[in-house]
Amino acid sequence: MAKDTDTGADTGYMGGDKELKWVGTRPPRPDGVDKVTGRAKFGADFYVPGMLIGKVLRSPHPHALIKSIDTSKAEALTGVKAVLTRDDFGDRSSEFVPAGEMMVNYRDIVRNVMAREKALYEGHAVAAVAATSNAIAKQALKLIEVDYEPLPHVIDAVEAMKPDAPLLHEDMITDGVEPAPTKPSNVAKRVEFTIGDVEAGFAAADVVIERAFDTSPVHQAYIEPHACVASVSEDGQAELWTTTQGHYVARAHCARLLDMDISKIRVTASEIGGGFGGKTVVYLEPLALGLSRKACQPVKMVMSRDEVFRASGPTSGAHMKIKVGATKDGKITAGQAELIYQAGAFQGSPVQPGAMCAFAPYDLENVKVVGWDVVTNRPKVAAYRAPGAPISEYAVECVIDELAKRLGIDPIDLRLANAAKEGTRAAYGPKFGPIGLVESLEQAKAHPHYQAPLGPNQGRGVASGFWFNIGGETCASLIVNEDGTAALTLGTPDIGGSRASLCMMAAEELGIEYDRVRPIIADTASLGYTFLTGGSRATFSSGLAVIEAARDVVRQLCERAAKIWEIPTDAVEWADGTAKPAGANAGDFEPMSLAAIAAIAGKTGGPVVGHAQINAQGAAPSFGTHLVDVEVDRETGRVTVLRYTVLQDAGKAIHPAYVEGQFQGGAVQGIGWALNEEYIYGPDGKLENAGFLDYRIPVASDVPMIDTVIVEVPNPRHPYGVRGVGETPIIPPMAAIANAIENALGIRFTELPMSPPRVLKAIDEMAAAE
Amino acid sequence: MNDMRYEAPDTIDGAVALLAGGRGEVRALAGGTDLLVQLRAEMIAPELVVDLKRIPELRSIAAEDGGFRVGAAVSGAELGEHPGVKALWPGVVEAVELIGSTQIQGRASLGGNLCNASPAADSVPAMIAARAVARVAGPAGTREVPVEEIAIGPGKTSLAKGEIVVSVLLPARPARSGDAYLRFIPRTEMDIAVVGAGVSLTLDESGVCSAARVALGAVAALAMLVPEAAAALVGTTLDEAALERLAAAASGACRPIDDKRGTKEYRIKVAGVLARRAALIAAERAGRS
Repeated sequence: MAKDTDTGADTGYMGGDKELKWVGTRPPRPDGVDKVTGRAKFGADFYVPGMLIGKVLRSPHPHALIKSIDTSKAEALTGVKAVLTRDDFGDRSSEFVPAGEMMVNYRDIVRNVMAREKALYEGHAVAAVAATSNAIAKQALKLIEVDYEPLPHVIDAVEAMKPDAPLLHEDMITDGVEPAPTKPSNVAKRVEFTIGDVEAGFAAADVVIERAFDTSPVHQAYIEPHACVASVSEDGQAELWTTTQGHYVARAHCARLLDMDISKIRVTASEIGGGFGGKTVVYLEPLALGLSRKACQPVKMVMSRDEVFRASGPTSGAHMKIKVGATKDGKITAGQAELIYQAGAFQGSPVQPGAMCAFAPYDLENVKVVGWDVVTNRPKVAAYRAPGAPISEYAVECVIDELAKRLGIDPIDLRLANAAKEGTRAAYGPKFGPIGLVESLEQAKAHPHYQAPLGPNQGRGVASGFWFNIGGETCASLIVNEDGTAALTLGTPDIGGSRASLCMMAAEELGIEYDRVRPIIADTASLGYTFLTGGSRATFSSGLAVIEAARDVVRQLCERAAKIWEIPTDAVEWADGTAKPAGANAGDFEPMSLAAIAAIAGKTGGPVVGHAQINAQGAAPSFGTHLVDVEVDRETGRVTVLRYTVLQDAGKAIHPAYVEGQFQGGAVQGIGWALNEEYIYGPDGKLENAGFLDYRIPVASDVPMIDTVIVEVPNPRHPYGVRGVGETPIIPPMAAIANAIENALGIRFTELPMSPPRVLKAIDEMAAAE
Repeated sequence: MNDMRYEAPDTIDGAVALLAGGRGEVRALAGGTDLLVQLRAEMIAPELVVDLKRIPELRSIAAEDGGFRVGAAVSGAELGEHPGVKALWPGVVEAVELIGSTQIQGRASLGGNLCNASPAADSVPAMIAARAVARVAGPAGTREVPVEEIAIGPGKTSLAKGEIVVSVLLPARPARSGDAYLRFIPRTEMDIAVVGAGVSLTLDESGVCSAARVALGAVAALAMLVPEAAAALVGTTLDEAALERLAAAASGACRPIDDKRGTKEYRIKVAGVLARRAALIAAERAGRS
């Protein structure tokens, strides 16, 4: 969440009038050539001599007591070097720690990584082996004998809340309820955010709309499966190469789960083939380290796509009730929501951020949001792009659309009439600073897309979205090489083009060419603790650190020039990439370039290296508005997205192409969420579509080119005005598409996905009713 | 753990001998776009895989009696670039080209699609509508088999041990004929048919339908010919009433299952919709030919 305290570094907004050479341009990314040529190393691309292959045995039952595990036959198989079970992990007490925008509990992580008393979902890890070949490892899994006592299971969150539902955790007492319940249940937590008096607000309304909504859990669907290589030596020194959004966080988790000193685990983040929040948690890493520690050989583990679906991610499915009241002239008088989010097998759904975001785009006096966090026999949910927000905001944005229709007000005008702006106090607490919701709505209304004619069976939808964005602990180093080039050492894995943006900010500050700055994502032993890439924080937080490190470099360069010229340091200024005497009184010296100072740095005090270690403050939220046109085939129920425009506040786009990429990627993921993505469970509690054939993310031909408009309302707490942009784009699509379908058909869908059979059924039912 | 044996003979007799002589589970490999997936998913563990792609007869397209004989291992991409087959049987070619993606098209074959015996195979309803005949070679010699008799259940074929499909004959056809294949999938490509419909028809000089064949896929355990749907078209100008009867007959013939790809109700309805749309495309092509 936004930490809005005033302890940040001295890096306020520089104002928009400074002429910028790199910021706002579109140079090629430093990692681009390696990626398009196949040279880039992703998680599964690491090979180490003597490497074993690790495999996981997974529960075939959605819910079962594990009475015993006999690994003796597997251990006796030639080629098997190590076997791990629950006995290899000590228990952990309940302790919540941040993982991106979500909290995780070590008591649960140790049980999710390896089932302990019970298997809680189909695919839950029960044992792991390391062997000299893939075939031997697979054979070893078949030799492990697990004595299960299958238990009744529950997949749906509403079912799981019933008093007679199968209980996942015998000691789970609902938190946040007074008085505390005496009996355990599957309800982990109740949260509430209230301002004003909703009853009074509804009493003042001329129109009140109340609707129930359901959404399906959806997977982050990163194309690269989880993969890692661990190597633990005989003296307990460990190396881990893994595909992750946060190698420092992965290190912390592994150290805690394996009783190792943090100093003994050195983690290198590979290139990452998508994360979207799903790679902020650990699955394979502790197992690979545990196996390697036992075998004293390196161990490689790679999940199959089937394992990714059965055992990782997704985000919650939800059941929601939304109630909104407004006066005839379109002033919203109250908003109320009840949100039930399923968390998977362990508590910790994103219902809290979902509750905080639900009405955040609007300036409301009366809001009440109650959320419930419910466990079910499914994989534990993980963060997914603005965790929780797309779900609750989908439901609210559908009701806002219906309200606009009922009142006969243009849906953009209704939003404008109620939009949050600078000074609005959000229902979850803070007052907003300068924000760009109104600008995104105004630009949407003025966009040619909004006026374009529609054909038969076509409809247009609009929806807005809000996400907090975060800062957090971040380090960066900037090394000036002896030839005047620079090496930028970063700690946030690059999942969306952040290396390019960060090099651009370094080049801008130093006044050198962009391609003279080369970045690396350093391993955990080479740079101080840096929180993971999540919360749309990498370009913002690492950006602040890079700017501070660059200004540290500039300070040192000025000192060196002052030394050479034998004048006071404060008589030297840095401009256009050179040190110059500051005014006529400072002396008459030829300006020295960075390269010139670097070339003789040895004679003026040694290498020049800038560094920053910060807890980045001042992250600012990003609002966006989406426009979408759809066409519905009334005979098959297929919905085709014809045209799509994203308008979102980026504060300042450092690299506009990668900001547009974030907008487009979020919209595409949202289109999948809206139209086709869902988990299909059989009555046996087993997942029936654990693959991309039947878990339908959009393919390229399913979506039009997504148009983008970058709105820029600068964040006053960042020198260039940057806001995080990566998460907000996934929030509006589901409601925008539902609203467009309503516009085309006159049918309000309240359940996701709006898949062809569901749409056709509704069309046929409407035809039958007429 | 047994190793899998891979052989790649360059004659039909060599392939037949290998497949007939295999002791355990044996599999013929054409493009491999189904077989390799099944291997990786551990659905099968054959002792012997015989790659048929080096056998010239399985890789060639040849004119024959006014039609075309298409080798069983000819890829979708090759078929899609053959002007003769495209002109004569555009519906069959468009069905083959729907399999997988551009990359898959470089491998996927008509023979493989037929012998994988999926009820949802895209090329099969189109081939059935086209009255295609498979040439089967085996230890007992060669026989000619209508394509609808190859699959006998999901994943099961009528081929005896050692038998392979060598080629498929897409026959000659009268003037003013056209065919078309449509399938429904929730996305635009890279998917498996929820419903497939192939229609082949001939018009007389006055535009009245003189002959028709309608076949459906993914609505029963086997792709099937639906004579009553074809009968709805014959003798008509494909007027609205005839198309209504066609759709009703197609829907009425469906015996689908509820599964993760679609409900019974949905498949039944959409089978009629697609049959009707395919008939109109086929008629439009017939009018141009």
